[in-house]
Amino acid sequence: MTRPRFALLVMLAVGLLLPVVAAWMGEPFYVRLGTRILVFALAAVSLDLILGYGGMVSFGHAAFVGVGAYVVGVLFVHASEYTPILGLTATQNALIVWPLAAAVAALAAVPIGLISLRTTGVPFIMITLAFAQMLFYLMTGLKAYGGDDGVALWNRNELPDSPALADNTVFYYVTLGILVAVLVAAHRMVRSRFGRVLRGAKDNERRMRALGFPVTRYKLAAFVIAAAIAGLAGALLANATLFVGPQYLHWSRSGDLIVMVVLGGMGTLAGPVVGAAALLLLEEFVPELMNLAKPGLGEHWKIVLGPVLLLLVLYARRGLWGWIAGSRR
Amino acid sequence: MDRGVAAMSAPAALEVRDLVKRFGGLAATDGLSLAVTAGELHALIGPNGAGKTTLIGQLSGELRPDAGSVRFRDRDVTRLPAHRRAAMGLARSFQITSLFPSFSVLDNVAMAVQAHAGHSFRFWRDAGRDRRLGDPARAVLERVGLSARADVYASDLAHGEARQLELAMALAGDPALLLLDEPMAGCGPEESARMVELLRSLKGTVTILLVEHDMDAVFALADRITVLVRGRALATGTPAAIRSDPAVREAYLGGEAA
Repeated sequence: MTRPRFALLVMLAVGLLLPVVAAWMGEPFYVRLGTRILVFALAAVSLDLILGYGGMVSFGHAAFVGVGAYVVGVLFVHASEYTPILGLTATQNALIVWPLAAAVAALAAVPIGLISLRTTGVPFIMITLAFAQMLFYLMTGLKAYGGDDGVALWNRNELPDSPALADNTVFYYVTLGILVAVLVAAHRMVRSRFGRVLRGAKDNERRMRALGFPVTRYKLAAFVIAAAIAGLAGALLANATLFVGPQYLHWSRSGDLIVMVVLGGMGTLAGPVVGAAALLLLEEFVPELMNLAKPGLGEHWKIVLGPVLLLLVLYARRGLWGWIAGSRR
Repeated sequence: MDRGVAAMSAPAALEVRDLVKRFGGLAATDGLSLAVTAGELHALIGPNGAGKTTLIGQLSGELRPDAGSVRFRDRDVTRLPAHRRAAMGLARSFQITSLFPSFSVLDNVAMAVQAHAGHSFRFWRDAGRDRRLGDPARAVLERVGLSARADVYASDLAHGEARQLELAMALAGDPALLLLDEPMAGCGPEESARMVELLRSLKGTVTILLVEHDMDAVFALADRITVLVRGRALATGTPAAIRSDPAVREAYLGGEAA
């Protein structure tokens, strides 16, 4: 068995066994942490589709996560107040709400992509950031949906006639299933004709145009697909944390997603998953360790994160996954 | 002399009329007219600063001319973007090798084949195993003599091989016109000789507009030559006619082609 394949199997085994081990240890908290990791992995994978494969450094990807989360939040508010939304009864059915979250995020990505993709490089970074900030302030202004404070949800979305999702372990496995399905689809996509156009445009966009590819169209499609997946991740995030707020769209969240992708390995699908796990685990345990050394020190945990990132960028250019999977071109 | 071209019976694959492109006060293209007849190998020569690069930019669609028109396959393409012209069959190679370095040689050509195989909104099938891309790509590699290097990364090719690949990618879509921007640039004598042979083997099967500095190559290959000086076509004619044209000798060739 090849080394990357073995590593993937180990990751899958860890993912499948985590709730079992957590139950055995009597630490149900780990299931919630695991769910968060899976959700952010999903968002990071979607970002890597455009960043790592398409060469589009979007600094506003968290906005699409946030839009997805707000779809859940808005529907929750209407369902709990028994008020219709756009003349319809607000549903809490996950099979409707989650795809809707993806669709709304995709829809938001169309105009944003159309305008942003007129630029490349640093202007692209800045314009995606600007759009994300606009959405951030839009959400803080939504007084009916909590404004600055956001909305606390009383319960998760439901499957038809089943309260199963309310159980943390079931929700964990559903999230895992979605992540695996998206990874399989993304794996196919990056190797398909569409994926080749995307990777070719990253390698040499001018040449792609000279060959006859209307490159912008394909990049826009990738941008929208990535936003849809991010929107789905947002819906899951809202359900995982039972909270929806504008901070989900904050630019620092977009930065976290970029860090996850770079840390794990750009232009790979497993990389962002590893990166999301690494960042969230560091965030969870480094402050705790630092507090042991001196109470209150944990607040400054990013002092540790900074050098770790620096070392990784310097010595493991292909990210943690490149290091795990062994050197390949 | 351009008027003589228009009178020729074979149809023009490419027709440039009164093209003007200014950068600030400088007219890099200054009322240029030119016609490439279907089937010929037409060479474009001119001293540095004559406006060759600017002209290629306008022909391929990367630069918008200020005035004049470009007709390709009996259609006015003056305002069409590069990718639309390419889709119509205008293929080009680049002076500075322009490949997909992180793809294999075969996949570089397969990308060119894919460009002409309809839209690429196909998300599921593995393009690397798609014989509709791989087979034609292999055939083109065979044609330019790069078959043995099919699985090498494009970034690992020697310079001469990269130039061959550049040509293979331009050839992949059976172009109606091949725009070759200094295919011998940076090549040693041996690599140049191989490229000349390659171009000779293409003659008659593809219409070619060749921009090249290497005078020996140009005079050995071209059916007709246009001499570009200060953004204008100074003369167009057979290699023999160009060689003996006093204005050309005065302006450009000097003792070089004697």
